[in-house]
Amino acid sequence: MGNLTKAQIEQLAEHCEKAELEAYEITKITDDFPDMTYEDAFDIQWEIRRRKEARGTKIVGMKMGLTSWAKMAQMGVEHPCYGFLADYFSIPDGGQIKHDELIHPKIEAELAFVTKAPLKGPGIHIGDVLRATDFVMPAVEVIDSRYKDFKFDLKSVIADNSSSSRFVAGGTMAKPEDLDLKNLGVVMEVNGEVVQLGAGAAVLGHPASSVAMLANMLGERGEEIPAGTFIMIGAITAAVQVNKGDSFCVRYQDLGTVSGKFV
Amino acid sequence: MDKQLIQQCGDELYQALTKKETLRPFTERFDDISIEDAYHISLRMVERRVQAGAKIIGKKIGVTSKAVQNMLNVHQPDFGYLTDDMAFSQGSEMPISDRLIQPKAEGEIAFILKKDLIGPGITNADVLAATECVMPCFEIVDSRIENWQIKIQDTVADNASCGLFVLGDTAISPSQVDLSTCGMVVEKNGQIISTGAGAAALGSPVNCVTWLANTLGEFGIPLKAGEVILSGSLVPLEPVQAGDFMTVSIGGIGSASVRFT
Repeated sequence: MGNLTKAQIEQLAEHCEKAELEAYEITKITDDFPDMTYEDAFDIQWEIRRRKEARGTKIVGMKMGLTSWAKMAQMGVEHPCYGFLADYFSIPDGGQIKHDELIHPKIEAELAFVTKAPLKGPGIHIGDVLRATDFVMPAVEVIDSRYKDFKFDLKSVIADNSSSSRFVAGGTMAKPEDLDLKNLGVVMEVNGEVVQLGAGAAVLGHPASSVAMLANMLGERGEEIPAGTFIMIGAITAAVQVNKGDSFCVRYQDLGTVSGKFV
Repeated sequence: MDKQLIQQCGDELYQALTKKETLRPFTERFDDISIEDAYHISLRMVERRVQAGAKIIGKKIGVTSKAVQNMLNVHQPDFGYLTDDMAFSQGSEMPISDRLIQPKAEGEIAFILKKDLIGPGITNADVLAATECVMPCFEIVDSRIENWQIKIQDTVADNASCGLFVLGDTAISPSQVDLSTCGMVVEKNGQIISTGAGAAALGSPVNCVTWLANTLGEFGIPLKAGEVILSGSLVPLEPVQAGDFMTVSIGGIGSASVRFT
């Protein structure tokens, strides 16, 4: 159940999206709307999505957020969330990310699943996800909460499209049956120094369980994951703050590398 | 430190080991103890174990992660000796209540050598060429120093805080796995408690073995064919007690598990 009016949803969507587009900080919206519910928060996110699509922006995928124990501990939240990926979020592998277009970006090592069959919750499990997966590939997400100092609660972050801002997909693709997704290792280097390490199990015990959770969360709104969707599963490592001039390279077991530079 | 004092410290450690007692940190008792003194103390402690019938079967490398190096304020690893009475089999019960004082588990990659490695001048290529296989491993470290209040000299003297270890039952050629990116997942009592990857140990476990071969080479000590080399933890240390059950799995290598009693 929602507690906000349609007008309030639209107002908050504009408020959050403007902060994203113009790269400035806002305070968490639950401070002003303490009664807002999770449904309200997702309504705001879907309204931001509608606004972008109305302007001709294409939605190119979905992302899960706060899916690792490291991230949940870092942010003080207890549940994962999802967001959408817009066309202008995409940066080519080895490409440049303009730091000035963002507020206080951090990078996270992730994996992306690309589906070949629809997934519609409730009741989706890891087996369904693996069967519906065309291939898996490495991806690095650039998160950039619009909230001051990354201080937020789960409802506020959902309304802010789960801090989505940019992503770099690349490396090598592989069929899920050819990978040991749970034990798949990831090494993140910034400016040539190893800064974070982890393995697939850091994401909800198994990377595919993140996609299953997305399908089940979308199912609650009557939505599904269509075939051909690009889905980032959430961070395997803790998020690392990056500055202008920093370059990164994330090495993946059996899947090559993804790199980029902040300019 | 003079020879007599080194021998005395080594004997104190051996007694602490066998009686499951802890000692005050050597660094509190002796201001001027050097890392070299500490290695001589550890040699005395190992000598006592060998005199009592233990056989040296390999070496362990410790202090390989940046976090532990920062904690101990050093920029290099350390090493200790593995004896046959430290080794346990995959899935077995490990009597930590009887054997150890304040145990902690570390997930590691073990190297089994097929050729001697004699430093200096050993490169990663030499290490890979001399490695028969790599295996998944838990090392259960322990400290004979009270409350783990160790500085680098204390842990070096105490045989690099070596306790017991378990090897898994898979053995993989180093040519079959990327040892720097291979992922590690550690579960305790059915819950995933940490993940990591090979690069956590000095950028690669191979770097650790190379470091050991070159460091021991300076003292004229070879790494021998057939030896087990534990290359350093890839995850944070986890305290364990009797009743705990743990599994470590490593991408492309396999898993090892152990029950503590």
